Amino acid sequence: MEWMDSLKKVVGSDHVRTSSAHLLAYSYDATAGFQAMPDAVVSPGSTEEIRQIMEICREHQVPLVPRGSGTNLAAGTAPTSGGVVLLFNRMNRILELDEDNLCVRVQPGVLTLDLCDYVEGRGLFYPPDPSSMKISTIGGNVSENSGGLRGLKYGVTKDYVLGLTAVLPNGQVIKTGGKLAKDVAGYDLKALLVGAEGTLGVITEILLKLIPKPEHQRTGIAYFQSLEAAAATVSEIISKRIIPATLEFLDRGTMDAVERFMDLGLPEEAEAMLLIEQDGEAGQVERDLSAMIDISVRNGAVITAVAETEEEAGQLKAGRRAALSALARKRPTTILEDATVPRSEIANMVRKIREIAERNQVEIHTFGHAGDGNLHPTCLTDIRDNEEMVRVERAFAEIFEAAIDLGGTITGEHGVGEMKSPYLQWKIGDEGIELMKTIKQAIDPLNICNPGKMFAKANKPRVVVAHG
Amino acid sequence: MVSALQERMQKSFVEHVSEELLTDCMRCGFCLPACPTYLMTDQDEAHSPRGRISLMKALRDGQVLWDGSIEDSLDVCLGCRACEPACPAGVQYGTLLEEARHAVLDAKRPGIKEKVVRKIVFDGLFADQKKMKRTVELIRFYQATGIQKVARVSGVMKLLPKQMSEMERVLPPIRQKLKPAKPNQTYKVAFFTGCLMDTMFQETNSRTIELLEMAGYEVNIPEDQQCCGALHGHSGEVPKAKKNAEKNILAFNHQDYDFIVQNAGGCGAFLSEYGKLLDTDEARVFSDKIVDISTLLMKAGFDRQLNAVSKEAQAVVTYQDSCHLRNVNGVWEAPRTLIGSAPGFTFIEMPNAAGCCGSAGIYNLLQPEMSGKILAEKMKGVKQVGPSVIVTSNPGCLLQMKVGIEREGLAGQMEAVHIVDFLYESMKTTTKGAR
Repeated sequence: MEWMDSLKKVVGSDHVRTSSAHLLAYSYDATAGFQAMPDAVVSPGSTEEIRQIMEICREHQVPLVPRGSGTNLAAGTAPTSGGVVLLFNRMNRILELDEDNLCVRVQPGVLTLDLCDYVEGRGLFYPPDPSSMKISTIGGNVSENSGGLRGLKYGVTKDYVLGLTAVLPNGQVIKTGGKLAKDVAGYDLKALLVGAEGTLGVITEILLKLIPKPEHQRTGIAYFQSLEAAAATVSEIISKRIIPATLEFLDRGTMDAVERFMDLGLPEEAEAMLLIEQDGEAGQVERDLSAMIDISVRNGAVITAVAETEEEAGQLKAGRRAALSALARKRPTTILEDATVPRSEIANMVRKIREIAERNQVEIHTFGHAGDGNLHPTCLTDIRDNEEMVRVERAFAEIFEAAIDLGGTITGEHGVGEMKSPYLQWKIGDEGIELMKTIKQAIDPLNICNPGKMFAKANKPRVVVAHG
Repeated sequence: MVSALQERMQKSFVEHVSEELLTDCMRCGFCLPACPTYLMTDQDEAHSPRGRISLMKALRDGQVLWDGSIEDSLDVCLGCRACEPACPAGVQYGTLLEEARHAVLDAKRPGIKEKVVRKIVFDGLFADQKKMKRTVELIRFYQATGIQKVARVSGVMKLLPKQMSEMERVLPPIRQKLKPAKPNQTYKVAFFTGCLMDTMFQETNSRTIELLEMAGYEVNIPEDQQCCGALHGHSGEVPKAKKNAEKNILAFNHQDYDFIVQNAGGCGAFLSEYGKLLDTDEARVFSDKIVDISTLLMKAGFDRQLNAVSKEAQAVVTYQDSCHLRNVNGVWEAPRTLIGSAPGFTFIEMPNAAGCCGSAGIYNLLQPEMSGKILAEKMKGVKQVGPSVIVTSNPGCLLQMKVGIEREGLAGQMEAVHIVDFLYESMKTTTKGAR
C-alpha cells in the first residue's frame, strides 16, 4: 500500500506495526462489545511527524484514531472504521515545569499518575484524577475531558488546560491559549478541542495549570443501611456549604466486589457507603471532616470512621478506583454508564436506577462521584445472551431518559464515543447535533479524524418510560 | 489461506483455553503498569497481559490466525504474574497462560532450538530426580577436580549456549547429603526439597532443616518426592506437570504433617496450585498445607531470636522478591521482616524489588534478549541501593542475580544469597554474640 510506505518514511519502519498480534492488540479499548482491526499502528515522535501523518491520511482518506492507553469506556478509541491507530508512547515527556507561572508543559503520552507524582514532589498539585490514572495518559484525559474523584471541589480536566498544540485535519498546526490566566482573543478554540475525542484533530502538546498542593488531607468513611440515607447525607453536606475534595458513593454490590479484590474489611451489613475526603488548611480540614461525619450519623450512618494513616486512606481510595473492574468478577460482561444529574437529584436518580433495574430484570450496581452528581450505574451481563442484552439496552435507555428528565446528561466524564452516540441527540437536541455537525464538517470535511465517533448514523428514538 | 497448523491451533485453543476465564477480563488496562514486558517494550500492548488475553480469545474465536507475531507475544511473557494482584477483576492470568501454552504445544511440534533445550531441561533433568542427581554428580566431579577453572579459561562452556555458560559460572559448589530429622518438636513439617535446591543448593537445604529445627519444628523429608512440575506447567507441558503433581501428593499427603515447607518461591506457588491443577480434594488438602520457609520462621518468632542481639549495622542488605512467592502466595512481608532483623545489617528496599528479575524459570535461556534487558534494568536499581548482600527466595532468582552481579562487574562488592543462607549466617552471628 502506497500510504503505508509513506508512513514508514515519516516515522521509520520500526514505528509502523502491522503484525496480526499488533493489529489485534490495538483493536479494542475498555468498552465491551466494540472491536475492529486497524490497518496500522503508528508511533510518531513529534508534532511534525503527526502533521505529515495527517497529510498522508487525508490524501488517502485513511481514518486516524489517536489512542493513549486504551482505557476509554465509550469506544472512543476503538478503531471501528479501521485505519491508523496513533500512539503516543514515544511522546511521553514532561517538557517544562514553570514554577513562576504555576504550569507544566507535557507531551500527550505522559501518564496521569506520573504527572501528579512529579508535580506533587515539587509542592504543586494537578487535581484531575480519573480512576484509571495509574495508566491513563494526559492526552487521553484532555481529549475526553476526564473527571475523577476530586471533580466536586477541583473541577475536571478542562479547568486545568491553559494551552494546546494540535494538528488539524487540513494539516495545519495550531497553538491555542498560553501561560495566561486571562485570554479572550477570539473563539476559545482550546475549549473546543478539549473533549472533542480526537474528532477535530490530534492534540500534540499540552500546557496545564497547577495549583499549590493542599497542606493537609483526611479521609473518612460512613456506612448506611439504605441507599437513600447515603444520598440524603450527600445532599445535606452540600447544602451545609461544605465542599469536600471527594464524596464517593458505593452500593452493596460494589462493596462486595471491591472487598473480594482488596479485603478492606468493609462491613457486610451495610447497604451503601460514602468515602469522604477533605483537603486544605489543617484546622479547616478537621472541622469539615467532623461536620461531615456528624451529618452522616444524623442521617442514619451505622458506622463511621476516619483513616488513621495515609496508607489506610490510600487503600480506601484504591478500593473505590477499582470498583468498575472489581465488578467484572461477577459476570462475563460489564457495561457501565456515567449518567449525571444535578447533585440535589442524587437520591432520586439512585432510586430510579434501582427501579429500572428491577423492571428490566437486569443486575445493576451503582457507584460514583455522589458529590458532583456523576453516577456510574454498572450492568453485569453476558454479551453472548441476546435476549438479556435487549433488556440491558432498554434499561440503559431508560436511565439516560431519567437522567435527562432530572436535568442531567447522558455522560458526565467518559465521553460519547461510539457507544453513546445514538443518545447524543436526546441531550442536545436536533439543533445541538446540527451545530456540532457543522463544526465537524468545517474542520474535518473528509471525516478522517476518529470517524464514527460522537455522531451516530441514526439517533435512537426516545423510549417512553412508564413512570410511577 | 488457512494452513493446517492454523486450523489445528484454533481447535487446540478451543479445547484447552477456558472461555470463562477469558471473559473475566474486561480490558480495563489496570494490569498494564504492573507488566514488566509492557514497560520494557515501550508500552507495546501486544506484550501486555490485556493484549495477550485478547490474542488468546481472538485465536479461540477464530478472529485471528496463528502466526509468528502471536507466538512471540505469548513467548515473551515472563509468567511472573505481577498482573494478578493488580487485577481488580480477579483474572487468573497464570492459568490462562498455562492453558494457552499447552494449546500451542499441542498444536505444533516444538522448533529445533527450543526442542533441544526442552529435551535437556524437561525430559532430562527435571522429570526425574535421579537423572538430576547424576548430572549433578558430574558437575560435582567437574568442580572437585578443578576442571571448572580450566574450562572457564579454555572456553569449553562456549559449546553450550551463552546463557548456559553464564549460568554455569555462577553455580555454587555442591555439598553433602541431607541430615535426618530430630523428632518430637511442636509442629511436624514435611520438607519439599525441590530439584534445583536439592542438588545445586544442597547446603542451603541442610541449613533450611537446621533453621526449622532451631525454630522448633520437626522436619521430615518424604521419599519419592518429585520435581514440582512448575517448569513443565509454565511451558505448556501440562500432562507432565499433572503426573508430577500426582506423585508428590502420594509422597506427602498420606502422612500426618501440619505443613509442607519449601524454600523455592517458584515451586511453592506451583505446589499451592495443585488443587486448581488437578481439581481433586486430595490435591486441595495438599495445596493448603504448602508454606514457605520465611512464613514458617515468622510463625515461630524467629525474627525475635535474631533481634535479641543488637549489633551495629555495618552493611546494607536488600531483597529481590520471588515473583511467584509474592504474586501468587502474597508473601513479601515475612522475608523483609526476617532480613531486617539480622544483626549487623541495615535493610534498604531497592527500587522495583517486586519486579521480575528476568530469570522466570528457563525464560532466560529461551528469551535471552528480553531477560537481559530486564536484568540490566534490575541492576540499575541494585546499584542505587549499593548493598553488600542481595537476598532472594528462589533458586532461579538467585542464579539470575548472580549473573547480574557478574555482568556489571560487581563481584567483589556484593553477593547474591538465598534467604536461608543469609539467616543461617545471621543466626551463627547471633549465637556467637550471645556467648
